[in-house]
Amino acid sequence: MALSVGCTARPGNARDNKTGSWRVFKPEIDSEKCNKCGTCMMICPEVCIEESDEGYPEVDYDYCKGCGMCAEECPKDAIEMIQEEK
Amino acid sequence: MTGEETEYFDAGHRACGGCGPALAARLITKAAGEDTIVVASTGCMEVFSTPYPETAWKTPWVHSLFQNAAAVASGVEASLKKQGRSEKVVVIAGDGATFDIGILCISGLFERGHDVTYICYDNEAYMNTGIQRSGATPYDADTTTSPAGKLSTGNQRPKKDIPAILAAHGSPYVATASVAYPTDLMKKVKKAIETKGPCYIQVHTPCCTGWGFDGAKTMEIGKMAVNSGLWVNFEMEDGVVTKAKKVKREPVDAYLKAQKRFRHLYRPAENTEEIAKIQAIADKNAEKYGIDIKMPNKN
Amino acid sequence: MLQIMEGSHAVAEAVRLSRPEVVSAYPITPQTHIVERLAEMVADGDLDAEYICVESEFSALSSCLGAACAGSRVYSATTSQGLAFMAEVVFNVAGMRQPVVMTIANRALGAPLNIWNDHQDSLFLRDSGWMQLYAEDAQESMDLHFLAYKAAENYDVLLPAMVCFDGFILTHTYEPVDIPTQEEVDSFLPAFKPYQRLDAKDPISFGMYATPDYYQEFRYEIHAAMIKAKKVLREVGQEFSETFGRDYSELVEGYRLDDADTAIVAIGSVCGTIKDAVDEMREAGRKVGLLKIRSFRPFPYEDVRVALSGVSKVAVLEKNISIGSRMLGAVGLEVKDAVGKQGADVYSYVGGLGGRDIRRKDIHKLADWAEQGRNDCFFGLREELL
Repeated sequence: MALSVGCTARPGNARDNKTGSWRVFKPEIDSEKCNKCGTCMMICPEVCIEESDEGYPEVDYDYCKGCGMCAEECPKDAIEMIQEEK
Repeated sequence: MTGEETEYFDAGHRACGGCGPALAARLITKAAGEDTIVVASTGCMEVFSTPYPETAWKTPWVHSLFQNAAAVASGVEASLKKQGRSEKVVVIAGDGATFDIGILCISGLFERGHDVTYICYDNEAYMNTGIQRSGATPYDADTTTSPAGKLSTGNQRPKKDIPAILAAHGSPYVATASVAYPTDLMKKVKKAIETKGPCYIQVHTPCCTGWGFDGAKTMEIGKMAVNSGLWVNFEMEDGVVTKAKKVKREPVDAYLKAQKRFRHLYRPAENTEEIAKIQAIADKNAEKYGIDIKMPNKN
Repeated sequence: MLQIMEGSHAVAEAVRLSRPEVVSAYPITPQTHIVERLAEMVADGDLDAEYICVESEFSALSSCLGAACAGSRVYSATTSQGLAFMAEVVFNVAGMRQPVVMTIANRALGAPLNIWNDHQDSLFLRDSGWMQLYAEDAQESMDLHFLAYKAAENYDVLLPAMVCFDGFILTHTYEPVDIPTQEEVDSFLPAFKPYQRLDAKDPISFGMYATPDYYQEFRYEIHAAMIKAKKVLREVGQEFSETFGRDYSELVEGYRLDDADTAIVAIGSVCGTIKDAVDEMREAGRKVGLLKIRSFRPFPYEDVRVALSGVSKVAVLEKNISIGSRMLGAVGLEVKDAVGKQGADVYSYVGGLGGRDIRRKDIHKLADWAEQGRNDCFFGLREELL
């Protein structure tokens, strides 16, 4: 694809970079414990926890880097960081 | 969309997992909204968010050099004013760009009174180039250019008081905030943007890589900083502190021990003299901003 | 309308007529009269622009860059130390392909500190990707600004431009200048249509970083644009001739060069002096001519080769020096390359640095030296000081 003029770009292609491949640990959310407070969705630096139709948080594993902030901040301890299998 | 408000910062950026500035970028742009033009400086945030051809920014965004975000923003603001356009100009720059190399440009912007919101994400060192000391580096912090060693206990200077400097320029609204308190941060961003004139917010953005802690603990570290008194969340209006977050203050040790950059104060032996100096900084902050929650008199 | 005015004020008129939306410049001798006159115009409502009193040259060009990215036609002016201070931004503006136009009131670079004229300042940035046009007199100083804006904003170019005119010699002297009307200028230079701009309705990221996989191609594109700029400059120059009656369709100008054996080559106001010297030498029977170069970047290699094709000796008058270089100056290096191995012998002679006066008799001497094949020289050197 030809270069843009002056090294510019329109939004959208950061998503070409699937940072989920960086993960060592993976967050798993227990919907039994979750109270839908929305904290994890608000604080994820990867903007990759979205709200499902039922209102529960859903992790987009294409981008989740496994940093563990969501698990750390969850007031209900509903998120566990599980080591990914190789 | 995540939550009810629209997101203006995209996944796929290359920040470290648990990056404080990445969270700040997300919260700031969310609070600022669609009608925003972001002006960036060279630094971690710029580098991890715009490797050509990938950009994580969904607002218009411009980056020129390390030190001139404030000057570029001055020009954007003047152009928008002349064109009669409604977009708000928000600078997002690191502490290196703000405290040190960009001090000339930021002073000019604030002195001239442009209607710009300048937000500094403060990770307390030149992180992008490999954790070198900046004017924002706290006392006794270990960085690669202020390392602790046989003859040194780390950075020997206190943090430059940029909020006071910019308040002295006549800024109508100067605030400090932290990614550890996201709702407060977003509220302050909205307020700064709505306030006419040059406004400043300094956001504490703990850096797991530079400070030496597990990325999962970014918000916890940020809360510890506030609870120790070493970071104060306050608001200044027309040069007068009108609000400061009150805390049940903890001794500085918990905060210091949790980060590799202060570990030399505890290992191999506890350096009580230096820790006391840091405690004194926290005590002084507490007094200056009135952050201690006064316990009721037990009479 | 013909008026007698100071060169700086003629430039201010050109800027006013070009309708920039944002003016941002830091005062520095000998450019001050331009920025002061522009401030007056804004204060009196004669120029409808945002005038930013920046705190340094670095911020002057940075704020121009910001305003250009936001979609405004912008203007700045500087010289010497100011230009050196903003050098980082100079490269940045070209890399970001913003059509900023900036006047350079050519002045020597310190140390030692010197406020008088030479070309070291603009020439040291010849690699930056900015077009560089050099004016001989006040009229040309004015006219080149219209040409610069039009060429810079052309989508085949999208490169910033420096319009260079000599400090004190042109900035502070009075000459008759034909000032066009606003209507005439508007018809030649319509409102700025940015190629792309910062706009919340169509978000774009400007100034991303480029890894080794991409950087080289971006630099190639700037170079390619500079090559295209030659054709664009000639075209806008031709259009200018048709609109205003003054011919800028060529990037070089020969004076009594057609049958010359020896040529003097130069840029800037000294060309006026050289023309007088050439007349004197012709009177004395010497076949000498002048080749004035108007555009240093893009450099008109083919035009120079053709113009000097009948000449056997070329004396390049350099008001600049590349310290340590055998060719001595920037202009001679390009001229020598342009004429090629089959062409004339090209010699660079450095003088007039830091405002040292150049007399007609100095030009005679340069013609002598070139004919003698003398190399590697400063002229007008005060031997008693060395």
